[in-house]
Amino acid sequence: MSIDEIQEEIIDEFSMFEDWEERYQYMIDLGKELPLIDDQYKTESNIIKGCQSKVWVHAEMKDDKVEFTADSDAIITKGIIAILIRVFSNQHPKDIIDADTSFIDKIGLKEHLSPTRANGLVSMVKQLKMYAIAYQTQLN
Amino acid sequence: MFNVENIRKDFPILSRTVNGKPLVYFDNAATSQTPKPVIDAIVDYYSNYNANIHRGVHTLSQEATDLYEQARQKIQSHFNAKFSHEIIFTSGTTHGINLVAHGFSSLIKKDDEIIVSALEHHSNIVPWQMLCERTGAILKVIPMNEDGELVMAKYDELLSNNTKLVFVNHVSNALGTINPIEYIIDEAHKVGAAVLIDGAQSSPHIKANVQDLDVDFYVASAHKMCGPTGVGMLYGKEEWLKKLPPYQGGGEMIAEVTFEKTTYADLPHKFEAGTPNIAGGIVFGAAIDYMNAIGLEAIASYENELLEYANEKLLQIEGLKIYGTSKNKTSVISFNLEGIHPYDIGTILDKLGIAVRTGHHCAQPIMDYYKIPGTVRASFSFYNTKKEIDLLVEGVKKAKMMLS
Repeated sequence: MSIDEIQEEIIDEFSMFEDWEERYQYMIDLGKELPLIDDQYKTESNIIKGCQSKVWVHAEMKDDKVEFTADSDAIITKGIIAILIRVFSNQHPKDIIDADTSFIDKIGLKEHLSPTRANGLVSMVKQLKMYAIAYQTQLN
Repeated sequence: MFNVENIRKDFPILSRTVNGKPLVYFDNAATSQTPKPVIDAIVDYYSNYNANIHRGVHTLSQEATDLYEQARQKIQSHFNAKFSHEIIFTSGTTHGINLVAHGFSSLIKKDDEIIVSALEHHSNIVPWQMLCERTGAILKVIPMNEDGELVMAKYDELLSNNTKLVFVNHVSNALGTINPIEYIIDEAHKVGAAVLIDGAQSSPHIKANVQDLDVDFYVASAHKMCGPTGVGMLYGKEEWLKKLPPYQGGGEMIAEVTFEKTTYADLPHKFEAGTPNIAGGIVFGAAIDYMNAIGLEAIASYENELLEYANEKLLQIEGLKIYGTSKNKTSVISFNLEGIHPYDIGTILDKLGIAVRTGHHCAQPIMDYYKIPGTVRASFSFYNTKKEIDLLVEGVKKAKMMLS
């Protein structure tokens, strides 16, 4: 599936929730599903420090597609990571670079991706794109 | 007579909603809310008196200057300083600390010692580390115990003739512990060291009497005392303020300027370079008036009641641990739920309209001591109610249910 299709699918899923509690419970449940990253990649150099919750990101290139794994020590942050991974992982670098994240607004989680939010997610999205740019350069 | 329902009417923000729920504001240790008389004082200043001060011959400038200097006297009287020129307007506590740290650069030499405490906010650690880097002085730390109290026996051991400055917060921002500053000051003076006390967290609850304490420097921020952000005060004993060199150069702080030599203005202007935060200073005075009209003793007594109530209710939640269990503390509760990240709890509470602080509270050494990434901190003020604490307790239970 393309990034756009996955985003549409997620928006559809979230449209079934009636209030914030259902949305958050869903994210928390996503966050609990382990593992999102192999322990060997939870290294100091893979940490994105977000002041309050830590985020780890690891990327690998497989068959011209970037595979991301990630984790966080906070469960809600981890739930959002699970959603972002679902959107961005196993995609071509160029598609990742071009993708926007406005779907986050549409599923009512906008505040978590605010640049002033101290949870590491904004830096995480930047980091995903940086990896994609690096791999795209290799492909060129 | 203390009446919380009447007091709440003074705070317009308390009637707003957050995420569709009535706001429950429990982040008072970060910043206090602003009552109507203080908001009115801001509007009054800009509507009727706005002018630059200390230099105009015109009436408006004279009136603004009078108001600004009256505010200084209100602060002087509140903290019982001997002279009004011992009160320096700053941009806040951090500014005051940096001013003193900078001033000591010229008074401290290699191998002199500076003592700070393990309970400090980052802004209370970094300026001294910088001072030590500049001068070759050594930073010593008073350790803490499991209850979040400073270990005075260790403090006694650290003090020596090499100690030049002791710096401790009156109340810990992360845990709420009230530190034994009377003892700390007296013992430091016995070895000839100066003492700077950070009153940012204490000033909303405790009226510090700087002459009785015999403290050399005391700093506070208006925004934690129902006043505006961006303004604070540094108290310094006259003899110390005369000894310290100016911090910043600029207008206001000079007596005479030629290209050969500049002579500095007298206290307090020596430390107040440039056009100050005039409105801020005046409104700081209005905030002090507001708090004194209610009375800090009445405030502290009511807040203590809230603290005890919240303590009891929160501890009934299984798996909840409170950090900072000193008998001497202000109305701050720092806690965690077993196995749950504080950020997650804070996020759920926010959805319920409850504002708490989560994280390391800029006091990482304390979090390292407890080996935790941070805590949830609920800090209560005199305009909070037991009913709001009930909502917090319900919120924490809900967060626990959703997250575990």
